Amino acid sequence: MNILYRYANPREFMRLSGALLPFTAAAAVLAILAGLVMGFSVPPDYQQGMTVTIMFIHVPAAIVAEGTYALIAVLSLFSLVWRHPLSDVAARAAAPLGALFTALGLVTGSLWGRPMWGTYWVWDARLTSFLLLLFLYLGYMALWNAIEDEIRAARACAILALIGAVNLPIIVYSVEWWNTLHQGESIISGKLAPVFLWPLLVMMAGYGLLFLTLWMIRIRTEILNRRSRTLMLGGA
Amino acid sequence: MSFWQMGGYADYIWPAYGVSALGLLVAIVWTLKAYADAKARLKALEEKKP
Repeated sequence: MNILYRYANPREFMRLSGALLPFTAAAAVLAILAGLVMGFSVPPDYQQGMTVTIMFIHVPAAIVAEGTYALIAVLSLFSLVWRHPLSDVAARAAAPLGALFTALGLVTGSLWGRPMWGTYWVWDARLTSFLLLLFLYLGYMALWNAIEDEIRAARACAILALIGAVNLPIIVYSVEWWNTLHQGESIISGKLAPVFLWPLLVMMAGYGLLFLTLWMIRIRTEILNRRSRTLMLGGA
Repeated sequence: MSFWQMGGYADYIWPAYGVSALGLLVAIVWTLKAYADAKARLKALEEKKP
């Protein structure tokens, strides 16, 4: 807890993130470029052909989308229980990024589904719960903008985020609990051949680092904006 | 078959990569722009104050 309070105040965050940003940004670019090179040099899959390359951008987008929501849920808990103002800022800053990655997961999955399943969309449990994730993000963002008082908005949004977190295990386990057209998990269970696993892991690192970089910049932006607002109020 | 034909699946693979690249680029530009604006605004306000 001490560590959290030490680094979770705005001044410390500005210092720490300022030092980290060049490295996370460079690492993100390098990992994504390496992931692209590795991804496009794989042999065609025996069932999927070259559409297997879509996996290298679909799975990272989907995992970052879910991870971001989990992050927002944890930050919301911090916000509700310990009333830490920076956790609200951090949660709010993450939401549009999470929505973007969710949308990218949906679009890339759809473009894979058409040639492989014969359809862009099917209402199976995985696809439906993942679409719900997009709506949760949009609802969360809309709620932030709908309530003018920032403290009340933060509380309402934190509660919404925690309720919506119920959807996360549903997304993850949907492919086990129900008969889904979407295939089951194949990374942790070791079913994915190394030739496909490595480009995927590198791309996942790239997407994760890109998220981290953009998220930190967005938190910094909000901290600066709050300083501006305080100055304007003080000068009024 | 050439690389760009992607084993006959070019119609699905390139749009998937194109949309992803576009989405991420827009997010990057948007994020950097908002940050630059916030910095400029704060600087202007601080300069106005003695």
